[in-house]
Amino acid sequence: MKDFAYVRAGDVTTALRAIAAEPGAAFIGGGTNLVDLMRQDIERPGTVIDITTLPLDEIEETADGGVRVGALVRNSHLAAHPLIRTRYPVLSQAILTGASAQLRNMATVGGNLLQRTRCLYFYDGAAACNKRRPGSGCDALEGFNRNHAILGASDACVATHPSDMCVALAALDATVEVESVRGTRRIPLVDFHRLPGDTPDVETAIAADELVTAVELPASPIAVNSRYRKVRDRASYAFALVSVAAALEVRDGTVAGVRLALGGVAAKPWRAREAERILLDAPATEESFRRAAAAELASATGLSQNAFKIELARRAIVATLSRLLTDGSAA
Amino acid sequence: MTLTQAQSPPRPGASGRLVGKPIDRVDGGAKTSGAARYAAEYPYPGLAYAALVHSTVARGRITGIETAGAAAVPGVLAVITHENAPAMKPAPPMSVLNLSSLATGTRVNYLNTDEVHWNGQPVAVVVAETQDAALHAATLVRVTYEEFAATVGFTAEEPNAKPQKSDMLQSGSASKGDAEAALAAAPVSVDLRFTTPQHNHNAIEPHATTAVWDGDRLTVHEGTQNVAWVRDHLAARFGIPAGSIRVISPYVGGAFGGKTMVWAGTILTVLAARVTGRPVRMMLTREGVYRTVGGRTPSAQRVALGAGADGRLTSLIHTSVTQVGRVGGGPEQVTSQSRHLYDAGAILVRQSLVELDTLSNTIMRAPGESIGTFALEAAVDELAYKLDLDPIEFRMRNEPERNPIDGKRFAHRMLREAYALGAERFGWSARTPEPGSMRDGRWLVGMGVASAYHPSWQLPANVTVRLSADGTVLVRCGFHEMGMGGATAQAQIAADALGVPFEAVRVEYGDSVLPTGPGAGGSGQTASVAASLLTACEKLKRSMLALARRSSGSPLRGRRLNGLRARDGGLWTEPGPGETYAAILARAGRPHLEVAVGSDTRVGAMVGQARFMAKFLRDRRRWMKAACGAQFCEVRVDPDTGEVRVSRWVGAFDVGTVINAKTAAAQLRGGIVMGIGMALSEETLVDPRNGRIMNPGLGEYHVPVHADIPPIDVCYLGDPDPTMPLGLIGVGEVGITGVAAAIANAVHHATGRRVRDLPITLDKLL
Ligand SMILES: Cc1cc2nc3c(=O)[nH]c(=O)nc-3n(C[C@H](O)[C@H](O)[C@H](O)COP(=O)(O)OP(=O)(O)OC[C@H]3O[C@@H](n4cnc5c(N)ncnc54)[C@H](O)[C@@H]3O)c2cc1C
Repeated sequence: MKDFAYVRAGDVTTALRAIAAEPGAAFIGGGTNLVDLMRQDIERPGTVIDITTLPLDEIEETADGGVRVGALVRNSHLAAHPLIRTRYPVLSQAILTGASAQLRNMATVGGNLLQRTRCLYFYDGAAACNKRRPGSGCDALEGFNRNHAILGASDACVATHPSDMCVALAALDATVEVESVRGTRRIPLVDFHRLPGDTPDVETAIAADELVTAVELPASPIAVNSRYRKVRDRASYAFALVSVAAALEVRDGTVAGVRLALGGVAAKPWRAREAERILLDAPATEESFRRAAAAELASATGLSQNAFKIELARRAIVATLSRLLTDGSAA
Repeated sequence: MTLTQAQSPPRPGASGRLVGKPIDRVDGGAKTSGAARYAAEYPYPGLAYAALVHSTVARGRITGIETAGAAAVPGVLAVITHENAPAMKPAPPMSVLNLSSLATGTRVNYLNTDEVHWNGQPVAVVVAETQDAALHAATLVRVTYEEFAATVGFTAEEPNAKPQKSDMLQSGSASKGDAEAALAAAPVSVDLRFTTPQHNHNAIEPHATTAVWDGDRLTVHEGTQNVAWVRDHLAARFGIPAGSIRVISPYVGGAFGGKTMVWAGTILTVLAARVTGRPVRMMLTREGVYRTVGGRTPSAQRVALGAGADGRLTSLIHTSVTQVGRVGGGPEQVTSQSRHLYDAGAILVRQSLVELDTLSNTIMRAPGESIGTFALEAAVDELAYKLDLDPIEFRMRNEPERNPIDGKRFAHRMLREAYALGAERFGWSARTPEPGSMRDGRWLVGMGVASAYHPSWQLPANVTVRLSADGTVLVRCGFHEMGMGGATAQAQIAADALGVPFEAVRVEYGDSVLPTGPGAGGSGQTASVAASLLTACEKLKRSMLALARRSSGSPLRGRRLNGLRARDGGLWTEPGPGETYAAILARAGRPHLEVAVGSDTRVGAMVGQARFMAKFLRDRRRWMKAACGAQFCEVRVDPDTGEVRVSRWVGAFDVGTVINAKTAAAQLRGGIVMGIGMALSEETLVDPRNGRIMNPGLGEYHVPVHADIPPIDVCYLGDPDPTMPLGLIGVGEVGITGVAAAIANAVHHATGRRVRDLPITLDKLL
């Protein structure tokens, strides 16, 4: 990897000033994605700003009954926290299906949000990739695209966002707090990642000099009955082919509330609004689940190798909602 | 390798105090504490580091190579390209008469040509003061190419496959009767196509070399399965006598066949050390391993079987297409097991090859049988279902008395017993045959079986054994230890043969200055070394006795060896007096006694080679020798998503005498784990547009993780093979064979679906 300068920021202001002063700099959290990409010569920051000692590692209950998670909370800590396990089991489960125990011990919430795609052509400097080198083309379109997007893709890019945690956050209506020398702003998680369009190199709504400081989970009684289902090629340590984050509230056999998001299907965690709309007030039956899943995936399109994901996503949605009905959040 | 031969081994079946016991590995402590030093861990003053630049096109000519940027990186010592590299000699031509000529990884004369033969070929080497500087500078070398048309897609090229020619070691085709006619006439038949993708070894230790020149003498630290091959190959390439080269390889962090040939990294490290005049270390990146070390060929196979209503096979046809690189690689014995497993009336096997502009394929655990048993054993299961027969019963009806293809005698064959043992431990009788009939909650449950099969090999091994006056024993043989427990097993054998404590025996191996040992391959190393070691121990005891008999004071005076027992550190009459070796040596005033089996002198090597070939051919005429076994598995399939998880495994093996119950079980279990990967998840993604491997890393090449592996019950029959030293048959490879078929058959039992294309990923079951 290219030589770089290393600075450790002791407080948020120092971190923000440092990045504002140097456009090519990058924050480093757990480093589990950034360092790999630097080794691969895909990211080449001139300066790496270590933020791991910033005081952003708390998990606190908020006044309105939600939870605020500091951007530097480690993934394993977040998954194990009693507030998360009891109130947002879908989030705890999602994190625990990701990566490996060692990686989760290192990975931070901020880094997880900003991890980059696992497209094989993005990772190979010899390949054409509009995300890596805008205008160079997309070798995945006619290549190995089994893991690629079926929703919201474009001719320029068919990559997916690989995070599990973010899928749960999308279902939970989380908000991302970001800060820069210009001030603080809040971005809904569902707007944080962008679909590729003609500019797949622009992946998120965050500016280059902004620091993620926290993720906020609103109070969400429905989330108590939630679960995460990840479908993958081996039992652990593989990215999702398709994943489902779901929360369900049923009253008298009718769906009184539902949150649904999909992973592994698009360049962003895919909040399934259409399915939610169909399910609300519908009978809580497999039949309804099937209708909702079909509606959500009506616009899905497959590539040469990933068309199976459309059917897989349908089935995963139905299976996850059905299990919520029978088993609740229990593993 | 110089071919030298052990004398015929003593009678087998002499199971002793130690042979068979689950003794801990002698190097376990060193490995777990980090004291064991691997090839990339040898410190040298002034050590420099090298990194490779790989081509990004499959075929072409380098038109420009821009190295200034790399050379400008602080700490860079040299950027070596075809424009400035010193000349090397081309790879020696391959010949079965000189086995070390098989060591050639590819025929490309690296950096001595501007031609590119595969996507990933090294086109430059950067040498620097640090590994980081070398790796970074390597990314700054800019290469332009004139591209040539390249043939890189296996599937597209398959129709152009050409029949494989037979040679002394491998046979490309064989037949008995008219199998096609018998197939056409069979009342019940299947005719099926199976495909398997490329696989890569993924040993935990990436290939690494440390090379040090001292004038015209060269020392190489290298994790290898064949120190002698590395030595001889480097001697040929660098034009120096083999005697000037020492290859040291005491620890190898896994290999699975991938460290048998000599690949670019080794040669270019030696070159870099010569160019810079510094000791140089190169540890390949994981990507570098994928791009420069061959993998297992993909395959397309046809298996057609015909049977009568009585369930007796009348026809067995197995044909295969595999790939070789235009620059190297060899055929795989994909149809090997199909010549030996079933008593079919007519048999036809035929192997064909396509030549591609890709890196050479190479051997990988059970080359041939691992993928060949997948096709054969899955087809057998399909036919059993068509016949409405239990798949084990069907196999038992077709179990041969003699080798089916040529009527030779089996040296040892206990497949029936293996099935009986396995079925009992697995609980096969609880299985209901109807597909989809077994469930556990929401999971579909399936149970499958398949036969395991791997021929047994024995290669020459030169050995010396020295017994010292302090009662210790030193065994020296240049064999190899990649984690199998070879040194431990040989120490057990020597301790039993000489009647000394296990702790008294030290085994030296993994060094080309030692008597030439066998390569670690073909599951033949333990047997090969054991044969010579037993002969040496016998010789040593004779010499000891002779020494004792010279003295009037010895209680052994007038005794003959076959009336004595080696125990308690000496030779004893039963019952009655005897003497320790230490006492014999002390009386004779000798510090030690040493014997040798085989010789590394020029003449000795030639005699050895002739003996080996004679024995090899004689054995092959007389017997069919192999390990076999029965693989039983249970899978669970998620009915919604098609995810397959293996939930139970029993492997029952006929591997003759087991030398060390612990390390043998680890070998068999490891093979099964690797087979589970092959069945469910492993696949090297070679882009058919440009021959580039797109998943060169452990993140995207899916070997099984712990969560994929159930408890594995490994058992064996323990019955010695009378034709093998101590009755042992190798255990390194048979474990992987049959695994993928057992899983495919279990998946069918669970779902009613037949997947004939590996890996069995969930999309194939939706
Ligand atoms: C082998 C492997 C398997 C994996 N499997 C999975 C999986 O199955 N599921 C899954 O979800 N993930 C998986 N991951 C990815 C893993 O979750 C991410 O690597 C991790 O979450 C990144 O967090 P980090 O703190 O290490 O980020 P870093 O590597 O430190 O940073 C990642 C990016 O975020 C930026 N960044 C970090 N923190 C901040 C901040 N506070 N504000 C602004 N920018 C910031 C960095 O500049 C960098 O661009 C896997 C990773 C590996 C290596």
